[in-house]
Order: sequence, then structure tokens, then C-alpha cells
Amino acid sequence: MKGLKIVVLAKQVPDTRNVGKDAMKADGTVNRAALPAIFNPEDLNALEQALRLKDMIEGTTVHILTMGPGRAAEIIREAMYRGADGGYLLSDRAFAGSDTLATSYALACALRNLEYDLIICGRQAIDGDTAQVGPQVAEKLNLPQVTYAESIDKCENGRLTIKRRLERGVEEVECPMPCVVTVNGSAAVCRPRNARFVMKYKYAKAAQEMQDAGEDYMQLLNERPYLKLTEWSVNDITCEAQELGLSGSPTKVKNIESVVFQAKEAKVLTPADADIDAMMKELITNHTIG
Amino acid sequence: MANFYTDNEDLKFHLGHPLMQKIVALKERNFADAGKCDIAPRDFEDAMDNYDRVLDIVGEICGNVLAENAEGVDHEGPQVIDGRVKYATGTQQNHDVLTQAGLYGMSLPREYDGLNFPMVPYVMAAELVSRGDAGFANIWGLQDCAETIHEFASEDQKRRYLPRAAKGDTYAMDLTEPDAGSDLQSVQLKATYCEKSGKWYLNGVKRFITNGDAHISLVLARSEEGTHDGRGLSMFIYDKANGGMTVRRIENKLGIKGSPTCELVFKDAPAELVGERKLGLIKYVMSLMNGARLGVGAQSVGIAEAAYREGLKYAQERRQFGKAIIEFPAVYEMLANMEAKLQGARSILYETSRFVDMYKAYTHISNERSLNKEEREEMKKYQRLADIYTPMLKLFSSEYANQIAYDALQIHGGSGFMKDYPIERMVRDARITNIYEGTSQLQVVAAIRGVTTGQYAKYIREEYEKTEIRPEQEFVREILKGMTAVYEAAVARVTAVGDTEYVDFHARRLVEMAGYVIIGYLLLLDSQRDERFSKSAEIFVKYGQAKVAAHAAFINNFEYKDLGLYKK
Repeated sequence: MKGLKIVVLAKQVPDTRNVGKDAMKADGTVNRAALPAIFNPEDLNALEQALRLKDMIEGTTVHILTMGPGRAAEIIREAMYRGADGGYLLSDRAFAGSDTLATSYALACALRNLEYDLIICGRQAIDGDTAQVGPQVAEKLNLPQVTYAESIDKCENGRLTIKRRLERGVEEVECPMPCVVTVNGSAAVCRPRNARFVMKYKYAKAAQEMQDAGEDYMQLLNERPYLKLTEWSVNDITCEAQELGLSGSPTKVKNIESVVFQAKEAKVLTPADADIDAMMKELITNHTIG
Repeated sequence: MANFYTDNEDLKFHLGHPLMQKIVALKERNFADAGKCDIAPRDFEDAMDNYDRVLDIVGEICGNVLAENAEGVDHEGPQVIDGRVKYATGTQQNHDVLTQAGLYGMSLPREYDGLNFPMVPYVMAAELVSRGDAGFANIWGLQDCAETIHEFASEDQKRRYLPRAAKGDTYAMDLTEPDAGSDLQSVQLKATYCEKSGKWYLNGVKRFITNGDAHISLVLARSEEGTHDGRGLSMFIYDKANGGMTVRRIENKLGIKGSPTCELVFKDAPAELVGERKLGLIKYVMSLMNGARLGVGAQSVGIAEAAYREGLKYAQERRQFGKAIIEFPAVYEMLANMEAKLQGARSILYETSRFVDMYKAYTHISNERSLNKEEREEMKKYQRLADIYTPMLKLFSSEYANQIAYDALQIHGGSGFMKDYPIERMVRDARITNIYEGTSQLQVVAAIRGVTTGQYAKYIREEYEKTEIRPEQEFVREILKGMTAVYEAAVARVTAVGDTEYVDFHARRLVEMAGYVIIGYLLLLDSQRDERFSKSAEIFVKYGQAKVAAHAAFINNFEYKDLGLYKK
């Protein structure tokens, strides 16, 4: 079988797993300075599925597509340290403030620049938890999609066999390629960074990061052209300006509340019918349900 | 998300030792590969950045995978199924992840798919692996065997066996037999040469073989029929793929349970000779053992680090009589001594690693071109230092790993005796370190030469004593000078008797006295580069001063005839 062309959609996110008091600014936006930027965890699960296909099928290539500021190129390097072949950084002020609709629009426009058999991404990002970007990209590119994937088990005759993790069990589906797959956090953890890849790719940079590079670096780049990461601005993709960034984003944040759970709100009930009846009555009376 | 490299500043400190500049330049042949190979460093800073980044990967895996799996591995352990070893689930996962991360073959040259790292960062990785899971440190650390193959095997053998390290094939060194433990000259396993096939065949039994079911084994065997001593032994490479060897049983051990300790039966197992016949024990095993002893040093420091942290954490969290127990003198003294011993053991670990790095780099260079006079002298100097420091390191680090683990458990009180805390495992794991690869008693036998020939004293006087010290720490050096004088007087007193049994009787005391001075100086020198170590330097030197005085008192009050009191 000939190798697949795989594009992994990945996002650099603030590490919301270690949220401190200063995680949010007074205006309700995320205080990015207080949170370390990391590879979105479920995108790493997606990358692992892509790399497994690369291990399985000779000639397969894995590229990252990420949208973000210059420093998001770190995501591409992180993926290359784990075995990805390269990546594309989609970066422009015009993309700033994108919600999921504008993000998926920009990504879909960028993907039209590329050849692919499979587009794979994490189910959702830990900063927004929407799980919308993957499916929206599939819709915009008119591709079939498989969500909540836990493993891609087979690739035969242009079709993938995929296990999906659903609420009540596991479902196995087949899907023709090209397609979009979104991967759950319960899928296999991503392989570690590899020592050789780290030494090989540690100097890889996107154009924005090269602005202060010295002569020494430019010479290295000349010797090792693979160190240059592709960077696309709004001019490198075919798109409508009003669909991008804030103007393309219908989502508006109304307000943000800090919810503190308190132990005293918990109530322990026995499984006896009487207790359950009492609880139902209470919930209906206070309009929690019904 | 633990990272055992980034959470321990002491490692970066030792990695940044000034001698590294020279070590890296030698190891990288002045960066000659930079244009040819895209993972070869371009200069010193680039190389150091590589070590730092790769150790960051090691630290992350050790913190998140090995340490997480350690309890399960200790509980499950390996099994023998149909004559083959099956690792515990966690052990297999540890191995797979480290293979994926490209962390095998770290010290091998790049042409054999190695990373060409010097010993210092390689030993650092070993320390990290051991902190995560001391038992697993054996399986990972047996990549040392590849180093021996690299040193002594033919080019063809190197091409066939070395790149397999990076692919995840494991190694073993098959030395011990039921009747040949510390006394390897008694090895019986037979190697017979078959004229017809032009091959060697192995027959016999090996016992206590760590990771015995490895893919590639170095086997010490008797190739010269009718001989009974070390000169009849040769070294062989055995490839499991060729069959002929089965695992009869694995030992049920006190600690390092994840590491399978095997009894092996060889029946007409085909093998290849390494290097020359008859040099098996006298040359190649010595090289293997020196590597293994450095490895146990790293393993010991790794266990000590893990145990110290457990002790410290418990002492800070546990409250009795209305305050944290760390506030009681009995507890904070214990912890301060543990930290000083830990930092001292680590300091001699990396001092020894640098000596090994220097002489090994020159040895390899000497195979490519002839060394000039200055280089030859430097190689000899560092080889001698490596020879006397390796047993000293093994002795002190393994004993300290035990002492630190013991005290850390003591701090836990009754809870430490329960399986609920990891400290009981660390106590069990530590116990092997001063036994295998030569017991502490045998390290003393190896180190006593450095005492009687005056080599330790010479290095102390000529190198350590002459280093510039901050004025406010001058008093520490004065104590060390005093200790050195007491040590030298004790050596003179013991050797003056002119009886080897008498020297052997006091050998451990003398070696330890030298060790207290050396480690004291190393911490003092460390504190010149980073004041963080001045506390440990002072604590260790005061502790060592009392120990040296006690040993001296024993020796001074001892008469030759007293030997009789001790004999059964």
C-alpha cells in the first residue's frame, strides 16, 4: 500500500490543568502569561495515532497544522521530536480572536493548500472544551468524520477501521478516506520525545522566530534546509477576510464566573426507595428538574 | 507531571563542571562530525545543550512512567514461562518507552546508532532511571555491555551487535556460577571449539544473572581445557536468537524485584569469541566490572535521592506534639546528614565519571592515531585515578544509599514499616547495592592499593589541597588538612607492621578515612562553584572528622596480637 499523507491539527493551549488564582484576568479573558503553554493533550493522542499509522504503513508522512502566534511553532517542533515530518504554522494578526467557527474556517482554507488522506485532531482543546473545530473542518471540506476515536486499527483499501469510545461502550466503524478523525484522551498516550529527533530538530524555526537570527543560524539553515518550518499568513491561503478572526466569530463571552464547589453541598442518600422519592420531590420542587 | 531532571538542580550543577569542556572536545574529536551528521554537535555549547535536552526527556520518563510503575513492578515481578523470562507489565512498558525515546546506546558512537554521549551525562541518566525504579536501572544499565563490545570486539561484531542496542535489544553479562561468585577464577562453564563448523559452543550453568534472558549476552567461559584459574577463561558473545540457552528459574529476592535474576542452562549454545582467548577474566571482565561499578554508584545515588525525598517530605508533613517532626533536633540532624551524604556521594560519582571519561576518550583516540607524550601521560593519570576512585565510589555510594534509606524509613516511624509508603521498597532495593558487582569488602580490597601506594594522599595533597577556597571557608580546609594528617599517620602505623593480614584487617578503616577526606574536599570544591553546597560541605567534614578520629583511635589502640581476639 502506498503511504498516507496525514495532517494533524494541533493547538498550543494554556495549561489549564494547573490553574491558580491568577488564571483569569479581571476582564474575563484568560491570563496567558500565568499559564505555561503546552501541546493540547488530546492533540498528542491524535499525533500518536498518526505516528502509529506511519509505523504501520511505509512512506506515510505526518505533518502538523497549527494556528497561533509565532511561539506556537514550538508545537511543530514538539511533534517533530516525537516523529512528525514537519509542519505548517498559520499565523497572522487577522486570525486573532477567532472562535471555533473562524478557526475551522481558517484551518479548512489552509488544508486546501495541502494534499491529505487523513486529517486527525484531538477531540477538544483544554482551554475551550468545545469539541467543535474538528467536526467543523470536516463539514467545511465536505469530508466524512469519525469523532471520539480511541484507536485506528486498520487501514485497508482506502478505508480506516476505527474504534470509538462512546458513553455506553465501544463502537467499531469503517470510514473511507480522505476523512477527519477526532481522538479522545482515553486513546493511547503519545510516545516520548526521541533523543535523536530532539538533537536533529531543536534548531527548527518558523519565519517569525528567525527575525533575530544571526548569520551563524542562517548558514546552518543553508546546510540543513529541513530546519525551516513553513509559515503561512493570511496571504498564503485563499479566504474571505470577513470570515476570519473576530469578525468571523459569532461567539461572544457574556460573563465569566468562578464557581467554587463546597463540600457542604454534598448529601449522602441510601439507595432505599424512600430516599430516592424524597430526592426526586426535592429536585422537582426546587426546579432543578422538570 | 514530574521531571526528575529539572526538579534537581544538583544534576545541572555537576553537568556544568569545568572539566566538561575538555571531555566533550575529546569525545567529539573537536566536533569533526558537525558537518557530516545532523545529530552531531557543532561546538561545546551545542553538545551541552543536547545533554541537557536529552536528560530532560530521561527525567520526564523517569518521573512519569518509571516511578509510577515502580510499585506495581515490585508487586508483580517477572516470571519464567517455558524457559523464557516475561517482564512485569510495568517493566516492559518502561523498556518500550525508553526505547522509543532513543535512550539506549547513549554512550556508543553515532556510527553504531549511539548518541556518543560522555559518561557524565550517561551516568546522570542512570541515576535518574534508578531514582524512578532501582530494579529497572539494571536492565537499562546493562547497555554497558555494548561499551565492552565496542572496546574489545572485532569491527564485524561491532557492526552486528552494537546498533541493536538502539532498537531495544537488551544485554546481560553472564559471569557468576554456583561455585564462582566473588571468585570468578573458578568459572566452569565450558566453551568448546568445533573445527568442523568453526564455531564455539557453550555448555554449563550460570547463576544470579541479571536480565539473563537478554537478547545479547557476554558470557565468561572456560575455553582452555584442563585449566583451573583465570587464565583459562575467555569472553563470548551469545545471541539468544541462535538458541541453546534456557532460563531454569528466577530468584525470589528481597529487593529490586523487577530485575529478573536468572539461572541459565547452556546446552550446545553457539557463541562467538570476543577479542583474544584467555583474556576473558583478566582484561575484559575487569573492564565490564569497572563499568558496572560506576553503574551501581549511579544506582545507589538514585536510590539515595528517592529515599531522602521521601524522608524529607514525611518529616515536613507529619505532625506530632503540635508541630512538624522536622522541627525536632533528632529528625533535622538526621535529614541534614542524609543530605550531606547524598550530595557527597553524588559528587564522587561525577568526579569518578569524569576520570573515566578522560581516560576512555584517550583510549579510543589512541586506536585512531598515536597520542603525543602529553596525551599519553594524561591518559595514564586519569586511568589510575579511575581505577582507585571507582571502588571508593562504589563503597561509599552503596553504603550511603543504605544508610539514607534506613534513616528515611526511621523518620516514617511505624508507617515506614508498612507497605503503604514507597520507603520500604527503597530500603529493600538499596540492600543489594553494597553486595553485587563486588561487595563492600571487595571494594576495600580494590581500593587499599590506593592507600598503601599513597595515590589517594598524593591526589589530595596535589590537587584538592591546592585549590583556591573562599576565605570564610578556609576553616573547613584546615579541618580537612588535619584529617589528612591523621589518615596518613594511621596508614604509616598500619603498614609499618609489615604484615599483609594486618593491613587487610584495618583496610576498611583506612579506605574509609581516605574517603571522608576526599568526599569532604569534593563538597568543599563544589561549594566554590555554588554556595548552595557549603552547608553540606561543613556538615560532611565535621561528620567525617569524627569518623576519622574514631578509626584512628581504634588503630592506635590496636596491637598486632589483638588479631587473635577476632579469629574463630
